[in-house]
Amino acid sequence: MIKCTNLFFISHVSPGPCCLLQAEKQRGRYAALAIAAVVIVVGIPLWWKTTETYRAWLPFSEISELDSLQLQLSVDIEVVFSRGTLTPEQQKKFPLSHVNEKEHQVDVSIPELLTSPSTEADLSLHMLSESSCGSVVVYVIPETAALLPEDVKVYVGQRRTALLRSPPFKSSWSLKEVLSNLDVKVEQVVSTMSFSHQDIVAALSNRVRMAKVTKESMADSMRAIKSSPGYEITFSLLNPDPRSHSLHWDIEGAVQSCIQPLLNKLAPIANFSVDSQILYYVVLGVNPRFDNSVSAYTLSADSLSHVINPVEARLGSNAASSNPVLNFLLYVPDSHHSPLFIRDHSKREVPSNAFHSPRWGGIMVYNVNEMYGPEAEPPVDININMAKVMGVFLAQLRLMLGVQHTHPPTGFVLQSPGSAGLADWELDRLLWSRSVENIATASTTITSLAQLLDQIGNIVINDNIAQQVSSAVTSLQSAVAELEAGNLAFALQYSREAILASERAFFDPSLLHLLYFPDDQKFAIYIPLFLPMCVPIVLSLLKIVSEAKKRRADKQAKSD
Amino acid sequence: MRIFAFIHLLVSIPHGYSNYVETKAGQFFSSGHTNNWAVLVCTSRFWFNYRHVANTLSVYRSVKRLGIPDSHIVLMLADDMACNYRNPKPATVFSHKNMELNVYGDDVEVDYRGYEVTVENFLRVLTGRLPPSTPRSKRLLSDDRSNILIYLTGHGGNGFLKFQDSEEISNMELADAFEQMWQKRRYNELLFIIDTCQGASMYERFYSPNLMALASSQVGEDSLSHQPDLAIGVHLMDKYTFYLLEFLEEVHPASQANMNDLFKVCPQSQCVSTPGHRTDLFQRDPGSVLITDFFGSVRKVEITKDTINLTSPVDRKKYITGFLCCQTNL
Repeated sequence: MIKCTNLFFISHVSPGPCCLLQAEKQRGRYAALAIAAVVIVVGIPLWWKTTETYRAWLPFSEISELDSLQLQLSVDIEVVFSRGTLTPEQQKKFPLSHVNEKEHQVDVSIPELLTSPSTEADLSLHMLSESSCGSVVVYVIPETAALLPEDVKVYVGQRRTALLRSPPFKSSWSLKEVLSNLDVKVEQVVSTMSFSHQDIVAALSNRVRMAKVTKESMADSMRAIKSSPGYEITFSLLNPDPRSHSLHWDIEGAVQSCIQPLLNKLAPIANFSVDSQILYYVVLGVNPRFDNSVSAYTLSADSLSHVINPVEARLGSNAASSNPVLNFLLYVPDSHHSPLFIRDHSKREVPSNAFHSPRWGGIMVYNVNEMYGPEAEPPVDININMAKVMGVFLAQLRLMLGVQHTHPPTGFVLQSPGSAGLADWELDRLLWSRSVENIATASTTITSLAQLLDQIGNIVINDNIAQQVSSAVTSLQSAVAELEAGNLAFALQYSREAILASERAFFDPSLLHLLYFPDDQKFAIYIPLFLPMCVPIVLSLLKIVSEAKKRRADKQAKSD
Repeated sequence: MRIFAFIHLLVSIPHGYSNYVETKAGQFFSSGHTNNWAVLVCTSRFWFNYRHVANTLSVYRSVKRLGIPDSHIVLMLADDMACNYRNPKPATVFSHKNMELNVYGDDVEVDYRGYEVTVENFLRVLTGRLPPSTPRSKRLLSDDRSNILIYLTGHGGNGFLKFQDSEEISNMELADAFEQMWQKRRYNELLFIIDTCQGASMYERFYSPNLMALASSQVGEDSLSHQPDLAIGVHLMDKYTFYLLEFLEEVHPASQANMNDLFKVCPQSQCVSTPGHRTDLFQRDPGSVLITDFFGSVRKVEITKDTINLTSPVDRKKYITGFLCCQTNL
């Protein structure tokens, strides 16, 4: 950049200034080259490293394997033939082992589920002494046995056993014909007691949208609450008229004896917390109509849907947890609107006098007008019959949790679970569908998280997220393996771990990408920083290159 | 011909009313939702943006009136107008210049207030990535059967919405947030309403299914405010939300008004700007979607038919024991 102002001195001055000029120019050239070298060799890598986002390693290959999930569910079935069902010849030829397999294939990319199980094999006979979790024992009794009433073909007990009236077969039939005839019946029993194709499809509805939905299956899928690590159950007593009625309910004792056994049995599925409250001066949002034919107040089925909203505003909830809440309300009508009955859609009386809303809870109306006469002085002390109330609430709770088998096939009689609250096979049903649901949900979560992290390069992936993802993937793989082996309890445990880990990874607060920068914003940030620095360097480099070219051209001209 | 049609209409109206409840029962299965949520956000602060707070509060009021409880509403107000020092009528927020309707009322539950209303918190609420210490009232605890209404208002531009006068959310971020909600199945159907300048640009980039969007103005147009009130000194409401509130005041929980009626709210003659809507991502036909599917909370209800008999002892054991006795004689 040194101007040669001393040019007119060159004629009589020694080559000093010219050499000096050259030396200066040389120094200038070296300086520019050195700065450029520092910028390129040190600056750019330093800038790259410091603006990089930390992304811990994730097992992307294993996650992409989860995308096409193949679930194999196997149930241990024991079939016991009682005396008198088989002829001695058929008994002699009894083989010791058969295997029955049914495969359900799930593929997320295909919108419809591949439905038909094409393979059919034979039956497996294991002599188990005690029926483990997930297994089924079927006792086949003679056709003419008087143990079951006439029209009942199957009786399902409280544990994992079922009595099946044997279908008619002739003594001349070979064993194979006998077994194949029995196959269909046993399959029906097992699908009632363990899982049917419909149940598995419903459990997978999270992942695979059901193509054809019947009204019943849609209602079923909407009614049962989704799988969650914990639930809160709240019992509320609504007393709109404390001046007339002074209500007493032994909720603690009732919960201990009626609800707690059920919740204890369901402990492997989720954590439950139960609380109760009494609300005064709460009104239903709907005015009941007086029906002269029964001289009582009635609530029609259509107005029931408007009852819940005004009440829900008054119900509290536990602020500390984000678990879903199931509310069970007991409403005692005020003295001016007693007795209050609920009518169904065909205007008939409802024996339970209760209704429920899917995924929310249930309301029961309890009439107390018959418990006291007109001479009683207000407020009247009333003790609520908790057995009756808990019977209704227990039934509603079973529906909410998805335990109830709503449509047993014809000819089937299901034993009522009674005070245990839950039959063993009902628990198994729930475990099967929950395991499958958990696995489906966890795999969807992990795959979508991996997709998201892949797409958005700016999100920071911390170590704890990577660890959660890895543990979710391993738990999923173990759960699938256990399902294949038929160990239902372990499968559920692994699936629960998988879903907890995957949810924790997906909903980690650090995964918020506020680093979304469109390209023009990136330019707007970097140009004011780098342009003033780069312009002199680039210009001087160009000058060096052009001077070098000129010198080479001069040299060539001189040499020529 | 016209008279004939008129008489026919007169005759059919009372007949139609009695069919309300039957058709309503059928609607429950078609909508597929069991609960409703609402996320109502006002993004601007300062006294002269009174109208944005009034907008949000009027939608809040309608939604509460039609049945959604506070526990299912996330209300975010970036500034406090009711208790603002410049409010000549403290503890009120009016929507009409004759001070007819106080939309603040006495039952308002604001979940995010003042400086808590940021882009980050809004996205955290939508995606669910909140710190574990966040209380229940500040979370959107929706599931795969929830219908969610999202209402945004404030100052916006082509592709962005301004929060708190200092930051902005872009339409791409919003579309990505909705996609993350869809991936986690945090909604069944979602209705997105935005009342800002160039509001239609905010829903241009949506790509997740089951989304329906409405905006108060197209790209390149401004949304205008409605009326100033001389006593309060500021504009009270925006035109679009004013007419939206007027429309919603006619709706009651058993109403059969559907989305096509909502699309007709505030035509250009009233609003000056052209409201827009987007339904291509929505599965159902808008004519079959009820207003109360999103603004109200009509519950699906079933009668409890079976009960469990807890009083009488269950005595079936003798059947099985008798049978086992038979077997041991083998």
